[in-house]
Amino acid sequence: MKRLSTFNVVSLTLGFAFLYLPMVILVVYSFNESKLVTVWAGFSTKWYGELMRNQAFLDAALVTLQVAVITSTLATILGTCAAYVLVRIHRFPGRTLFSGMIYAPLVMPDVILGLSLLLLFIGVGVDRGVLTIVLAHTTFAMCYVSVVVSSRLVAFDQSVEEAALDLGATPWETFRLVTLPIIAPAVISGWLLAFTLSLDDLVIASFAAGPSSTTLPMKIFSAVRLGVSPEINALSTIMIGLVTVGVISASLVSKRAAIQRAKEERAAERT
Amino acid sequence: MRRLIVIAIPYLWLLALFLIPFVIVVKISLSDVALARPPYFPQWDWSAGWQGIRDFFAELDFENFIFLTSDDLYWKAYLSSAKIALISTFLTLLVGFPIAYGMARAPEHWRPTLMMLVILPFWTSFLIRVYSWMGILSQGGLLNSLLLSIGLISEPLTILNTDTAVYIGIVYTYLPFMILPVYAALEKLDGSLLEAAEDLGCSRLSAFWLVTVPLSRAGVVAGCFLVFIPAIGEFVIPSLLGGSETLMIGKVLYEEFFSNRDWPVASAVAVVLLLILVVPIVLFQRNQQKQAEAEA
Amino acid sequence: MPQKVFAPWEDQDEKPLIRFRDVTKRFGDFTAIDQINLDIYAKEFFALLGPSGCGKTTLMRMLAGFETPTEGVIELAGQDIAPVPPNQRAVNMMFQSYALFPHLSVWENIAFGLKREKKDKGTIETRVSEMLKLTRLEKFARRKPHQISGGQRQRVALARSLAKAPKLLLLDEPLGALDRKLREETQFELMDIQEKTGTTFVIVTHDQEEAMTVASRVAVMDEGKLMQVATPDRIYEAPSSVYVADFIGDVNIIEGKAHQTGDRLQVDWAEGQPALSAKTTDDYSLGQTCYLAIRPEKVAISAERPTGANVLQGEVLDIAYLGNISTYHVKLPTGHVIKAQQANTRRIARRPFTWEDKVWISWSETAAVVLNQ
Repeated sequence: MKRLSTFNVVSLTLGFAFLYLPMVILVVYSFNESKLVTVWAGFSTKWYGELMRNQAFLDAALVTLQVAVITSTLATILGTCAAYVLVRIHRFPGRTLFSGMIYAPLVMPDVILGLSLLLLFIGVGVDRGVLTIVLAHTTFAMCYVSVVVSSRLVAFDQSVEEAALDLGATPWETFRLVTLPIIAPAVISGWLLAFTLSLDDLVIASFAAGPSSTTLPMKIFSAVRLGVSPEINALSTIMIGLVTVGVISASLVSKRAAIQRAKEERAAERT
Repeated sequence: MRRLIVIAIPYLWLLALFLIPFVIVVKISLSDVALARPPYFPQWDWSAGWQGIRDFFAELDFENFIFLTSDDLYWKAYLSSAKIALISTFLTLLVGFPIAYGMARAPEHWRPTLMMLVILPFWTSFLIRVYSWMGILSQGGLLNSLLLSIGLISEPLTILNTDTAVYIGIVYTYLPFMILPVYAALEKLDGSLLEAAEDLGCSRLSAFWLVTVPLSRAGVVAGCFLVFIPAIGEFVIPSLLGGSETLMIGKVLYEEFFSNRDWPVASAVAVVLLLILVVPIVLFQRNQQKQAEAEA
Repeated sequence: MPQKVFAPWEDQDEKPLIRFRDVTKRFGDFTAIDQINLDIYAKEFFALLGPSGCGKTTLMRMLAGFETPTEGVIELAGQDIAPVPPNQRAVNMMFQSYALFPHLSVWENIAFGLKREKKDKGTIETRVSEMLKLTRLEKFARRKPHQISGGQRQRVALARSLAKAPKLLLLDEPLGALDRKLREETQFELMDIQEKTGTTFVIVTHDQEEAMTVASRVAVMDEGKLMQVATPDRIYEAPSSVYVADFIGDVNIIEGKAHQTGDRLQVDWAEGQPALSAKTTDDYSLGQTCYLAIRPEKVAISAERPTGANVLQGEVLDIAYLGNISTYHVKLPTGHVIKAQQANTRRIARRPFTWEDKVWISWSETAAVVLNQ
């Protein structure tokens, strides 16, 4: 590869500065003594302390985590089923409708999804709360899971599944012993994606939540509507920190695995 | 049998929680607002049997849709959403293309790291990323104090709560959606093609225009749709960064529902928004299909 | 007492292991297999040979149970196998991609099929060790597929498909991914294993040399039809059609019309040239179009005019030196180009001929095969 031109270097530097500077500023100002954004009044962790004492935020965080864990697990099961159906079962009545229903939520504005689900919940007469948020989140998260899993299902050599059948495995054994272990990485990333989506969602949760169940994004939204708050900066810093650690360690693990694998493959060809 | 279960579970879930709710939206959009609980009319009258169903359908009409065309708040909101989405898509392309290009030209061992750097913001909360601009753009915010201190301006600029802030917010939050498909297209581009073009007498710039740009077209188109489609229905960005005069249909819908409690009109707004989105979605699908076929 | 030659297909009383009866397979409008009738006998090493898209893989996948015939019946040991799903057939397959389970070790890959039969632990262990020994993989039992070389992977795939001792083993381009040298070694290994285990092998290949080397009989396929089914030497020496003659090895084809019939056929092939004569047992009517197929190694080349039946003069157009042999492309005054081969038996060849030399070529009456299609 040729060396990077000045233009490339400048565009990469400016581009990544643009992507990261706002978050860096957010993190820095979460340690600001002053309540004002522009004035640096010295280093302090007092906003973290405030945050820890804010029961409403802690409650909301708990609800959000609950919802996210249940949602991502349900969405992973449903989404994996859906992906399998989409990729492996070519003919059944209503297949087009099914694939349409998988892809539509990916492009549909949140406000519409939220509105339609709320109208359903009211129509059926369920009390809105954690359950309805989970139902709503699972519905759109499963579609994302199914896209992630189906791209893995399409990519791997299908003759491996045929080989299992050929060796006497039933279709269920084939899925459990062969397909599932092979698509496991995609299933795990699907789970993580569903988890983040659920953790992140504001609009759909606002529609689906009842008065007694407030999620963290809803809490943050109503707080920041009034303006910048150092407490929210502190909360954001914690969330950014968790995600960063998670993503970096995940990529390090997969990178190490890839290097190890490449090494083993090279060694194998020499034997 | 097992096969049936595998199909039925996700199928029924989506029918119950995606399709049926949507049918309800369509139904309510054809109803009239009423001072009742739920606040619309007509209701299914199960006791009246067949006649009840006939009466029900007789009461449905397109009044709300006619109302949307008569009140200029709505069509202005649709138009301004489309305008904001279009301009921000273009700006995102302008910002995203050089980054994707730089990534594709970077040494191979850097690329996974650069890739991770692009994806990382995607995993962090959307709300927080939008919020992070509030402190920067506000009247007494960091950008203004920086510009004031270097003497570029003498009075603070009003950026927050204007359309400009909305553009910045959309470009910032949707940038990864633009970079990734463009990068994917550029990375596949065989470096020897550019060398061949130069060998055949192109300057580097004309080689870029004649080879790189056309070959990355599918990625650019995909990226534009990935920004444009969600930007149209955006709610969080105009609510936090936009001003009272920033009209976006997502925000109008939200307010129509929660503040005015006019469910039938809100539903009609949703139905029309979806109809508007069908065009870019179909175009996007076609672009993806063409790309998939080209690769096969 | 001389050992009996293995040729069950010539024995009237022998029952075939596999019988295709009028089997047709269509995918939409496309006919992949067109009315095929074929018998394969126990312990045969049977090769399906043809260019890609000729239907050979479809034929094999129907045996494995991954495709069902649109029409016709496939019998395995006298039983129609259509209703039997692939996981209950006594047929195993070795896949072109090997299809090894990437998350399982070599040992677990081989044991996979045995475990599905719910065999007890001891039996499975004995059988897996047997297979490891047969394919010389003992050292690699604990490794994962990505930790072994391509050749070793190929042997794992073979061991895995043989582990359940199937009545029939299907091999889909088993050596396609190996380099030439390894492929040649492996061909003999395959034959060895086939003989040791006594399993019936059906191999799909597009490599004619491979088919000729390993198979007891070869079926040449084209566009979903069987062109010829015969032993390798019959296929080569007595092809039944121009297609087969041309597909297997190098051949000169001369088109002409029967001029004098009988067992010594005279063929008019060009204006003003003496007729070519060839021995045949087939009947031809006067004026019928026929084709003479002559293998290059059966065409002699000389500077002096030789005596004999078919003698033609021409000019050397091209010489391909291949080390052990040289092929001369000789252009006749009629425009035909005939290939003649000569073994380079002497070191430092005194190449007697060079470009544009006038030479004589000739072949005997029995060298040419007369074909009517």
